[in-house]
Amino acid sequence: MFEIRWHGRGGMGAVTAADVTASAAIKAGFYALAFPEFGAERRGAPVTAYTRINKEIIYDRTPITNPDAVVVLDPYMITSPKVLAGLKEGGYLIVNTTREPSEILDQIADLRRLRIAVATVDATSIAMNILKQPIVNTAMIGALIAATKIVSLDDVIEVVRERFPERLAEINVNIINESYKLLKVIKQ
Amino acid sequence: MGKVVPLSGNSAVAYAVKSADVDVISAYPITPQTTIVEKLAEFIANGELDAEMIHVESEHSALSAAVGAAAAGARVYTASSSQGIALMYEIMFIASSLRLPIVMTIATRALSAPINIWNDHSDFMAVSDTGWIMMMAENNQEAHDDIILAYKIAENPEVLLPVVTALDGYFMTHTTEPINVIEREEALSFAPKRKTWFTLDPDKPVTMGALGDPQWYFEFKKQQYEAMKKSREVIERSIDEFARVFGRRYNAVEFYGDENPEVVLVAMGHVVGNIRAYLNKMRSKNSRVGVLKVKLYRPFPEDLIVRYLEDVEIIGVVDRALIPGSSSPGPLHSEIVTALRKHEVNTKTLSFVTGLGGRPVTHEHIGVMLSKLSELKDKPVSELPREPLFIGVRE
Repeated sequence: MFEIRWHGRGGMGAVTAADVTASAAIKAGFYALAFPEFGAERRGAPVTAYTRINKEIIYDRTPITNPDAVVVLDPYMITSPKVLAGLKEGGYLIVNTTREPSEILDQIADLRRLRIAVATVDATSIAMNILKQPIVNTAMIGALIAATKIVSLDDVIEVVRERFPERLAEINVNIINESYKLLKVIKQ
Repeated sequence: MGKVVPLSGNSAVAYAVKSADVDVISAYPITPQTTIVEKLAEFIANGELDAEMIHVESEHSALSAAVGAAAAGARVYTASSSQGIALMYEIMFIASSLRLPIVMTIATRALSAPINIWNDHSDFMAVSDTGWIMMMAENNQEAHDDIILAYKIAENPEVLLPVVTALDGYFMTHTTEPINVIEREEALSFAPKRKTWFTLDPDKPVTMGALGDPQWYFEFKKQQYEAMKKSREVIERSIDEFARVFGRRYNAVEFYGDENPEVVLVAMGHVVGNIRAYLNKMRSKNSRVGVLKVKLYRPFPEDLIVRYLEDVEIIGVVDRALIPGSSSPGPLHSEIVTALRKHEVNTKTLSFVTGLGGRPVTHEHIGVMLSKLSELKDKPVSELPREPLFIGVRE
């Protein structure tokens, strides 16, 4: 079982990111669940979403408390205790930020102790350049799959092409490719 | 067979309704049900489903329109949640008493006040005395399949009762998972559209919903009771046939766990899955525990429940609804205790109330319930708590 927890704010698309990732895994023959932490839907409010991926059927619908990967869509949320809570030893932290992975490692002491692989990408700039809007979800999907290889780039792109109208799909495919390419990782 | 695609629970339900080739959908939006009928409206708009979508001004009207359409012989669908179901309450009795095979989904949700859009079983339990056949799914494949099963059962001439198919709000309705979609040809070959009930026809006029005075009302009610009782047989046959055709079996009651359990949790809906996951995680501990899933709530499959529980030391019934002032404030617990007493089975029972208003039932909560049961299993009945134990509530 591979469990991903997404942290963002209303409007950034964390729920869609969880969903697209699960859908790509299902396409590849895995069993997967994606679900948001269900709050009242407001722009700007903190949003948590979950993706579970497994070879066999998944029964568990409880919120993910020990994720293998945490994806942070809002750079300012990185210091929130809720964001890093329960991240597994040897897991992944993937952050939308202009900073280097080493700076994140220096900032948060626990990451070295837990041998967390830290990956960063400036998803906001990628989204602003290509989409002209700060919706960073697809860039963060690209970052997640570049860091973890949990699903393939091709499967994700296929889901995006099915899910979005044609023009928007191509924009998001470009975003995913760009983010996939630009991601910086420090594995420990 | 259809292909496996990622769908949310609500989309999974909508795809099944499309494959059932319904004629009339009448609905009023309410969270977390809304996206079922939104998806159906999309199917109608793009020509994938040839059905009439009746937009109404309330749930009371939504079900009234469904009653009218079913009386005219249409295959009818509607869906609602929470306060919407509460507003349908009056018409739910009429649908079942007129013996109209309507299928309705409840995306289960708490009832106000306080206002809460999240999941529990308050709405489902509140309408369990309205004469509908009622079933609840554990996962979204089952929620999808239940729609096809429901039309098969409802329209059987030996039954002719409306059916509720329920799935848990958000935990299922808004969760994406792989769904093996039943295609229209498969659905219609399993549940063919036949007018098996009396319908309104200007050429052969009949009166429906006429006055049933003291000379007649009682006989109608007795017949309705008999139909519900008899439906069990049809439900069992339909489950068997569904399993043969589609390879997926959903028993009215299903046990998962140790072969000779001492301790069993009884639950409904998605929480059954959480308990399965917990038991799988703890399997190495080799304890004699299990979970009994109750899928069919009306007619209540007491014979099966008794068979599974008669040799068990102690059970904990997990209720996600609360009826203050009842001798058993957990409605499922109340049903189970009655069934055990009727069959003179002395299995000890505990009532757990948990997960109200969308609070997740976590592994920690499940662990607390199981250890409470283990702790009490050798105690005499006189020392067991008579009130429900509230799990995961702040005191």
